[in-house]
Amino acid sequence: MSSKIVVRVEDLHKRYGNEEVLKGVSFILRQGEALAIIGPSGTGKSTLLRCINRLTEPDSGRIWLEDTEITGAKTDMNKIRQQIGFVFQDFNLFAHLTALDNVRLGLMKVKKLSKGEASERAMTELKRVGLAEKAKAYPAQLSGGQQQRVSIARALAMDPKLMLFDEPTSALDPELIGEVLQVMKALAGEGMTMVVVTHEMGFARSVCDEVIFMEQGVIVEQGPPEHIFLQPRQPRTQQFLGKIGELYGGTGS
Amino acid sequence: MERLDLIWQSLPLLWEGARVTVTLTICLLGVGLLLGVPVALGQVYGPRPLVILISGYERFFRAMPILVLLMVFFYGLAFLGVSLPAFGTAVLVFGLHSSAYQSQIFRGAIQAIKEGQLLAARALGMSRLQAIRYIVLPQALRLALPAWSNEYSGVLKDTSFVFAIGVTELTRQGWQIMQRTREVFLIFIAVALIYLVLTYLGTWLLELLERRFGIPGLAGQRREEHGRVV
Repeated sequence: MSSKIVVRVEDLHKRYGNEEVLKGVSFILRQGEALAIIGPSGTGKSTLLRCINRLTEPDSGRIWLEDTEITGAKTDMNKIRQQIGFVFQDFNLFAHLTALDNVRLGLMKVKKLSKGEASERAMTELKRVGLAEKAKAYPAQLSGGQQQRVSIARALAMDPKLMLFDEPTSALDPELIGEVLQVMKALAGEGMTMVVVTHEMGFARSVCDEVIFMEQGVIVEQGPPEHIFLQPRQPRTQQFLGKIGELYGGTGS
Repeated sequence: MERLDLIWQSLPLLWEGARVTVTLTICLLGVGLLLGVPVALGQVYGPRPLVILISGYERFFRAMPILVLLMVFFYGLAFLGVSLPAFGTAVLVFGLHSSAYQSQIFRGAIQAIKEGQLLAARALGMSRLQAIRYIVLPQALRLALPAWSNEYSGVLKDTSFVFAIGVTELTRQGWQIMQRTREVFLIFIAVALIYLVLTYLGTWLLELLERRFGIPGLAGQRREEHGRVV
């Protein structure tokens, strides 16, 4: 456990009006680790994720990506964001571009690769998510699962040091969840450092190295999956996982 | 027979008038587009003071009757010692007027694009400007086309107002022929037909454009895939 620290989050706070969504969240993530963040809806999980690449501005607290402080006033966020892949719940593919163009746009306009290089790289990533034959399809011609895989390819093409997944399967038909989780599992297997906000307990348990249970803006419990899922210490964690277990037939306990 | 002959002889003049009408329409739509898109972008993405400023501009030009604007700019500016040629004044006045209307077409189109796409672009490391240029504008321009075609057919006919400042476009050309020949009915039927053809032609071209740049799988195509919605 002595590999390099990729992300360090320190005492993060965020408030929307009267509601404090994040009340001092801290954690570190080392290279190659996959971290799952679980917990009831509306408890700040997605906000936390968006604060990490500052799509949402935190009110206070500090975040580092390797040695660079992301929360610094003078940080060039466009530079930082290139190094952090973000996968959204509702895919957010660019509707007017083909799958291939979705993946290579960032390479061409942000990384300034030539069209040839960008295309080659984009095709490699589309192959990686099993969609090479859909390169010329537009988002509206793809299923939800396919769209999400394109969006993963789009993020991976930028060579990120870190991947953030914001409930990547929550908008999908149950039948399509598997293909997306498969891609993410392979990614974790290859040693990608990632944070996954998810309701897929099976995935959190079998793929992730570390699990954070969050509620009402604080980390209630944190530990390796076997500890969180088999011997949760906090009553609230037990209660939450118990409910999930009832619902899905024992995944949680 | 004599009457048909008269139309035949008037055609070169009417053609000349139609050319002025079309040139004016294209110029004014161009000015309106160049000003309207930034106005819309400013209204959607600009800081508060800028929004107030350009919204004032937009409200003002939408509130003014085109004829009043023409008079103010043409005679008013001449009174102040600034004399613009009539055609130039017409392009300017119509362009400003149209930019106000067009800005609202584009504002609607920009706001119809899901914010998530902008977030996704920023998450890739694009600047706000890049995201607008590569993600928002290409989609907004497509979405704006049907309403823009409406603006085209509207201003095409409004251009006849330049009559008032002495630009000899289609309607004025017809008027002059009519004064010489006293053939009110025939001449204006011919003028009306030319407006009809110009409107059809323009809308047809814009429809071609719409189809050419339609996004596969999105609205437009959808109609054909699922048939008519009851």
